[in-house]
Amino acid sequence: MSGKMQIKLKVNGEDHEFLAEPRELLVHALRERLNLTGSHVGCETGHCGVCTVTLNGKSVKSCTMFVAQADGAELTTVEGMGSPDNLHVLQEAFREHHGLQCGYCTPGMIMRAAKLLEEIPNPTEEQVRFGMAGNLCRCTGYQNIVKSIMAAASEMNSAKEAAQ
Amino acid sequence: MIPAAFDYHRPNDLNGVISLLQEHGDDARVIAGGHSLIPLMKLRMAEVPHLIDLQSISELTGIDSGSTIRIGAMTTQADIIDNASLASSAPILKEASLQIADPQVRYMGTVGGNVANGDPGNDMPGLMQCLDATFILRGPNGEREVKARDFYHAAYMTEREDDEVMVAVTFDAPKGGYAYEKQKRKIGDYATAAAAVIISKDGSTCKEASIAMTNLSDTPVFCAAASDSLIGTSVSAEDIKNAVNSMIDAIDPAEDNRGPVEFKKHAAAVVLSRAIERAWQRA
Repeated sequence: MSGKMQIKLKVNGEDHEFLAEPRELLVHALRERLNLTGSHVGCETGHCGVCTVTLNGKSVKSCTMFVAQADGAELTTVEGMGSPDNLHVLQEAFREHHGLQCGYCTPGMIMRAAKLLEEIPNPTEEQVRFGMAGNLCRCTGYQNIVKSIMAAASEMNSAKEAAQ
Repeated sequence: MIPAAFDYHRPNDLNGVISLLQEHGDDARVIAGGHSLIPLMKLRMAEVPHLIDLQSISELTGIDSGSTIRIGAMTTQADIIDNASLASSAPILKEASLQIADPQVRYMGTVGGNVANGDPGNDMPGLMQCLDATFILRGPNGEREVKARDFYHAAYMTEREDDEVMVAVTFDAPKGGYAYEKQKRKIGDYATAAAAVIISKDGSTCKEASIAMTNLSDTPVFCAAASDSLIGTSVSAEDIKNAVNSMIDAIDPAEDNRGPVEFKKHAAAVVLSRAIERAWQRA
């Protein structure tokens, strides 16, 4: 028992294949095998949300999933959102509105917020707070995180309108 | 936080699951969303040499909502929240699901896992008792049905046999008003106390009532006496007080990090009063 298994993941559009023990946590596979260290390890108990990634269209905490469960899945991590020269609208909004201080929780915040805005493109402040309830920040007091997400939503909506 | 090693299985049908359960006995466990089991495995409080992932079993998914509602065991809380037809035929499911954990957990957490786990902190068991739901279990000899009100023996001890899988929950679409009221310390926490209430009325009197409580004993608590005490009344403040007193007699909370016994009884009384009031307004 406890042999390794062949794991296939599609992460940020790129196919990866590797051998891993099924018990390996998804967040460790992303960080240590694929060198995608944007997804952080925080509480390791499914509470803080810094390890949030998008897996088959769902926001999931990658510290509470075995890599074996993710075999065959399609994922987006914060590395798939934007680059230092070309930030995603959400990342730009977090910078503009000071939606971070130490920055540790930010990758999880960005990933969860992206999914939230996909589901509710024009959210109220209450919907943002409820939709972000699985992500903890110990610096900002959340005020500027909410502001950043609201600003990104309005930015994305105007871009959509302009495109139509 | 690395769990003990295990063999991973992802069968494509229920027969595959059951034969693995028969083959490995106590050494095997099924995993649905995993948000109860994985934390226990990481803490090494659960050791599972054979982990059987149910994610590929299409028989376990889907919501049928008509006069009789059937929810497949692998239906997630997010699926329930997003299902417009279920939200109209049994809105208490959505109200309760929105109070479970946080968005990320609700994408993973399933109805089957929540009811089968036997954790007194889970919200669905009390809700299912309130709805007088039936659980469908599949084992080597086929399917059998167990009433939610008969399913729970003690914390993590249920009517389910080791070689059985929770397949679905079914219940009649509830009539009248409803409320799921939960007091918790923070988002993501289990209930300090929670109440599920369904009430129907005939004119201005209560025709039927059903009350169940969560995390106030080592099992969910269906409160038959409290439910019956409301029937035939006008659900006045005095009637609600009587029902609350009956409920207090039925629960058996234990002191833990959510507070001492007296506080839990107080919280239970508050959530039940609020739930009855809200359900009655909606009836």
